[in-house]
Amino acid sequence: MLTDKELKVKSLVYRASTLQLIVRAGAGHTGGDLSLIDILNVLYNRVLRVAPDRMADPDRDRYVQSKGHCVEALYTVLADRGFFPAEELETLGRYGSHFIGHPTRAVPGIEHNTGALGHGLAVAVGMALAARMDGRPYRVFTVLGDGELDEGSNWEASLAAAHYRLDNLVVIIDRNGLQITGPTEQVNGLEPLGEKFRAFGYAVRQVDGNDVVALSSALESVPFEAGKPSLLMAHTVKGKGVSFMENQAGWHHRVPTAEELQQALGELAAARRALEEAQ
Amino acid sequence: MMGKPNLDVFAETLLELASADRDVLAVTSDSRGSGRLTGFGQRLPEQIVETGIAEQNVIGIAAGLASAGKKVFAVSPACFITARSLEQIKNDVCYSDHPVTVVGISAGVSYGALGATHHSLHDCAVLRAIHNITILAPADNLETREAVKYACCAEHPVYIRLGKAAMPDVHPEQEPFVVGRAARLREGRDVTLIATGETVPVALGAAEALAQRGTSARVLSMHTVKPLDEAAVLAAADETGAVVTLEEHSVYGGLGEACAAVLMRAGRCVPFDILAFPDEALVAGSQREIFAHYGLTVEGVAHTVSRLQQRRALRAD
Repeated sequence: MLTDKELKVKSLVYRASTLQLIVRAGAGHTGGDLSLIDILNVLYNRVLRVAPDRMADPDRDRYVQSKGHCVEALYTVLADRGFFPAEELETLGRYGSHFIGHPTRAVPGIEHNTGALGHGLAVAVGMALAARMDGRPYRVFTVLGDGELDEGSNWEASLAAAHYRLDNLVVIIDRNGLQITGPTEQVNGLEPLGEKFRAFGYAVRQVDGNDVVALSSALESVPFEAGKPSLLMAHTVKGKGVSFMENQAGWHHRVPTAEELQQALGELAAARRALEEAQ
Repeated sequence: MMGKPNLDVFAETLLELASADRDVLAVTSDSRGSGRLTGFGQRLPEQIVETGIAEQNVIGIAAGLASAGKKVFAVSPACFITARSLEQIKNDVCYSDHPVTVVGISAGVSYGALGATHHSLHDCAVLRAIHNITILAPADNLETREAVKYACCAEHPVYIRLGKAAMPDVHPEQEPFVVGRAARLREGRDVTLIATGETVPVALGAAEALAQRGTSARVLSMHTVKPLDEAAVLAAADETGAVVTLEEHSVYGGLGEACAAVLMRAGRCVPFDILAFPDEALVAGSQREIFAHYGLTVEGVAHTVSRLQQRRALRAD
């Protein structure tokens, strides 16, 4: 098990690898990858009961990434966890590769194909229901983007999650506040979002979604309440960790130039040095 | 012999399968009554998942259940389940390859005068264009029973299209039901009628009427719309020289156009016509009245065949 400090370093390493991956592929969802990466770090290094050799185990935890467009972060974490050799990511987006711009089951470690928004939660509900029917101990985790919540299918699925009292279901909202057009509250207001989810029957908690220690503490305590699905509102920063990308909707799927990449890697390296030097 | 509605046979067969295997599930959208599954819900309450009136949710949840090894039948009116939840079928079922069986009940114009909202004239067209789903439209009780049993064991997605009219037995007991292979219901030399679902009895009636006029018609039940039995379509052209298709669907994108493509690509330019619904707002009426309005009747088929024969005679001259 990684220490808190090691976990924080991991996030910086993942950020650098993800940016390099995006630049190499010439495409990617830079801002959302960087807001999501601490959540993935905590899930795969602390919370999920999964491993490359456990993917046929019916009792493994399930992870469904509903915001499929932030796949570069997921690929980076899966490679680090040994689901496939990191070199395979060289083929991302290339002719004939199974590493494409959204998650597919052709990639080891991925449970469900996503990409169109508003799909993951209903599928996660189905997985959680199956566990309940079979008396299996696995949990189902899904990450939704906040912009994605405009899709009505999420609210259908939420009704069912509460109706079936699925306390083996954990829904994480990557609440970075921005979608491609601009702030979520300007595009199609979501607030008061926590209250809405509470009214839909979730046990809701708020967390700093870029704080791996706080995320660990929240995700290690699921279910938040017996008999209710858990919802973790992870308040994140789009573009987190790179000064000129933070909170900029323009970085939704912009690819850094060579100079921008060097600057970003420099900032991440400095953050790592500061972290390692700190007591 | 007149049988039951295929919908009833579907429900009976599913109950039998589910009684023997607790992994067999029905997922419904406040549609258990329409799907004749009220009894299923009473007998096996742990094996029915209700989502309320939420078709997208039916398919998404069905995909999640199937991913965990459940044998899932997602049951909802064809008009809704293949339109409102089309993206879920495309992505969560077919693309993700979770072996869900989507059951479209009261398909075509089964709902008659309820109107266009409740008609599904598009379902075969849209699903044909989606990779990784088998499309079954059984004609009678035997084909329905076999289709449901096939789907229950299938390793990939299946769509079963069902009407709700009582259907006569058409499939000979001795003829095996094989997915992807047309059932030859009647032999003939002069023309082949290729029908699917609830239009098959119309084709058989027309063959009988044509026989009395000296025309020998072969009749195929094309219960598998995809993958299409291309060999049977080509044999129909080669051995009988003319082909007429019948379907309870838009003329666009269904069985007829599928057969036409097979023939054209193979260079078989035989007299050919499609009996289906034209691209217009359909007339109001019962299923039977709508069929009659658009020529999906014994007389309508016979008339079409006569027209093709005249065309063939002209060409021979």
